[in-house]
Amino acid sequence: MLRRLLHSALLAALLAATGAHALTVDEARAIASGDTEARIAALDKAVLTADEKTAAFIQAMADDAVKYTADKVFVMKDDKGYDPVTGVEAKVPDDAEDVVNNNLMRGAFDAAQAVLQLTSKDEKVRAEAAQALLKEPSESRLPAVERALAAETNPSIKAQLELVRAASMLNSADAAKRIDAAKALAERKSPDIKLLLNQRLADETDAGVKSAIVASIERIDGALVWGDRINAVFSGISLGSVLLLAALGLAITYGLMGVINMAHGELMMIGAYATYVMQGIFQRYVPESMFGLYLVAAIPVSFLAAALVGAVLERGVIRFLYGRPLETLLATWGISLMLQQMVRSLFGAQNVGVENPGWMSGGFTMLSNVTLPWNRIGIIIFAVLVLLAMGWLIGRTRLGLFVRGVTQNRPIASCMGVNTARIDTYAFALGSGIAGLAGCALSQIGNVGPDLGQSYIVDSFMVVVMGGVGQLAGTVYAAMGLGILNKFIEGWAGAVLAKIAVLVFIIIFIQKRPQGIFAMKGRSAEA
Amino acid sequence: MSKVVLPTKGPLLSGKGWTVFFVALIVVCAVAPMLNLLVPRESMFYMSDYAVALVGKIMCYAICALAMDLIWGYTGILSLGHGMFFALGGYMMGMYLMRQIGRDGNYKSDLPDFMVFLDWKTLPWHWTFSDSFVMTLILIVAVPGLIAFVFGFFAFRSRIKGVYFSIITQAMTFAAMLLFFRNETGFGGNNGFTDFKRILGIPIATQEMRMTLFALTGATLLGFFLFSKWLIGSKFGRVLQAIRDAETRVMFSGYNPLPYKLTIWVISAIMCGVAGALYVPQVGIINPGEMSAANSIEIAVWAAVGGRATLIGPIIGAFIVNGAKSWLTVAYPEYWLYFLGALFIAVTLFLPNGIVGLVRKWRSKDKKALSDGRLEAQRALAASEGVEPSALPPIAVEPKGARA
Repeated sequence: MLRRLLHSALLAALLAATGAHALTVDEARAIASGDTEARIAALDKAVLTADEKTAAFIQAMADDAVKYTADKVFVMKDDKGYDPVTGVEAKVPDDAEDVVNNNLMRGAFDAAQAVLQLTSKDEKVRAEAAQALLKEPSESRLPAVERALAAETNPSIKAQLELVRAASMLNSADAAKRIDAAKALAERKSPDIKLLLNQRLADETDAGVKSAIVASIERIDGALVWGDRINAVFSGISLGSVLLLAALGLAITYGLMGVINMAHGELMMIGAYATYVMQGIFQRYVPESMFGLYLVAAIPVSFLAAALVGAVLERGVIRFLYGRPLETLLATWGISLMLQQMVRSLFGAQNVGVENPGWMSGGFTMLSNVTLPWNRIGIIIFAVLVLLAMGWLIGRTRLGLFVRGVTQNRPIASCMGVNTARIDTYAFALGSGIAGLAGCALSQIGNVGPDLGQSYIVDSFMVVVMGGVGQLAGTVYAAMGLGILNKFIEGWAGAVLAKIAVLVFIIIFIQKRPQGIFAMKGRSAEA
Repeated sequence: MSKVVLPTKGPLLSGKGWTVFFVALIVVCAVAPMLNLLVPRESMFYMSDYAVALVGKIMCYAICALAMDLIWGYTGILSLGHGMFFALGGYMMGMYLMRQIGRDGNYKSDLPDFMVFLDWKTLPWHWTFSDSFVMTLILIVAVPGLIAFVFGFFAFRSRIKGVYFSIITQAMTFAAMLLFFRNETGFGGNNGFTDFKRILGIPIATQEMRMTLFALTGATLLGFFLFSKWLIGSKFGRVLQAIRDAETRVMFSGYNPLPYKLTIWVISAIMCGVAGALYVPQVGIINPGEMSAANSIEIAVWAAVGGRATLIGPIIGAFIVNGAKSWLTVAYPEYWLYFLGALFIAVTLFLPNGIVGLVRKWRSKDKKALSDGRLEAQRALAASEGVEPSALPPIAVEPKGARA
């Protein structure tokens, strides 16, 4: 009780001492013109004693809506000038110049606005402001942070502000304060704090402070390492399921039927565009509260759309080319070009926007540096479901039995009364439909455009070839292995080099095991 | 024991073939440049700069198609990586041309503009020889050749063939494209090389220089054609065709297919590299887009449209497809892909032997009609003119290996 009284007395004294006084013309001019460092200094000073007018002026500055002359500053609104102090309309002289803000200045405006928001009544705004300040710590803002800290009641925002205070003190001129700050910061084990400490370490000259910072970084690293591992494995599995989805359909059309289906990517593209169309239908005809369900509705639609196209292709072109794989390659490449152009004619050459439904956006925060996005989790689950469904269809149903029978021994299957031509169509449509499902899933994590298929076709073939043609389990292992391998290399070599490394790895792997992970057992001398 | 009669080796070209060849050589090296340089613009015989540039470009493509025919048509190996060899040759030439800009670039620096832009102070190691024209000429042959050799050695040794080989070459090209798109690999990233100014100190934009490059390209194309023809007619070429038709049997007969496949693979890659090197100064730009999967597959289509395993067919195919492309992309830009796609499908479904195959079919029908009737004399006349088999490479049977 006594403590709280003391606190409020202190606060009252503090407020009385600093006192929110109004923006002055000199202040406004100092913020608007001069060299960047002087402007930032003026801005930081003005923020400490800010009122609404200062806030409005800073907003105008950040919006590039300010002009200035040698002695006056104008806030511009609809081509009219207003005095920032009085708010009265003023005539802008012709020689007034636009204020130019560089990136450093913009960062300072963001920070200044965050400081102003620290006094907001809305807890969410305060929390966001504290978060933003942690990215731009500066000793000049320390008084404002201290004041906000004294007034803050929400414990989580308070903890955040204490971090901001520590981060701000990290650049203090006093070495003892810097050591305290480094120790305090180690309490929060997140990558952005580590970044801050590393930045300070690079400029630090004092040996004592250095060792304190290094100790703090090590403590954070110890906590982060597990998060990094989880992140790498998760993104590896996530990429693996994307590869798996892209390759599953091909495992049927290429793996089982031997068709080098270069239009496979375009069948995925059709699935993605079907999802886009369903989104449009839901936006237009279905109440907004139901919008999130469009994705569920899109799953069967994208399957059927791609399966239908696949069936038409099989009946129209591919059936004449069985047993001539290189010619199916050429013909299906031609088909892929036509499908791409068709999509361009129908939907335009630009990428279209497919939104995540509400339940797919955001993520699940596991550790301070591990947030698993829902859309990625969704894709992993979806890939597993598609895999199970396909396994069941091929392994347990009558259709699957026929497909296996026809691909293994066509003449015998035919003798047993199986309509092999029809089974071919069904099998190809099934593979195409699964490609459509992959497209539906990919629409949630990447661009949907006419080139969508091109970016996945090489990957899909790599996965199927690597897994061993005609081997479902091999496809799964190859997709997951390549996904995780890719993400781990990416960690230290960057995305493009990782991709190249994986391609080179596959080329070498195929040298060693031309039949893939699981070689088909048999006597065929020819590959 | 019956005696095996081997087919006797025919002349490289028949009498009429030689005539056609020399006419082509004169047209390319003398007539077309003269029509452009000497004939007044108003005349109907004037060949516009655009037409010369277009034909020059297509002749480069035709070299690629010819190279594809050697490896695909005659050896049964479908490469989806020829775009990479083409681009490699182009990049080697491009590096030389970039150095020839000297200090005339936007930044007035000894380094190429894009390096100044990236704040590099010295040339990367792989640019060491780029200031020497002779070294550039050597590298144009050596780089695609060496890469093809290393890749081919490992691939053929582990007996990768058919579709597997095609897909791996596609992955190889894809990896190379990603690499060349990077800024730090020192090949100008996305933008590649452009803004060339001179070659061997001579300004590149003059008409005389263009005509020289045009004539050089044409002579190279015809030279490669003659070389391919000789190669295919030799014992080496016969082994290649045997490998295409039944590799296992060739092995059982005591041949090791590896050196044969490797040699033709390297030759084919070098031809593409040379084509790329001739292409770049004529078109004035080279960028990693040349390595896209689509480009490599298109080369295969030119060969398929013209007719595989005919040598002349792929050249015809390159001219027809690219001629149609340059017309359609201007007249009906949105229909070009439909046309190209339909062409792919139509050729594979209805014209397995391409245009040349179709022409032969008609001619053999004609001949049959002639022999059925009382026109034996005319047939004999045609034979005496050298139209008969020796002038046409034998392709009576659909190449089996090309399909498997």
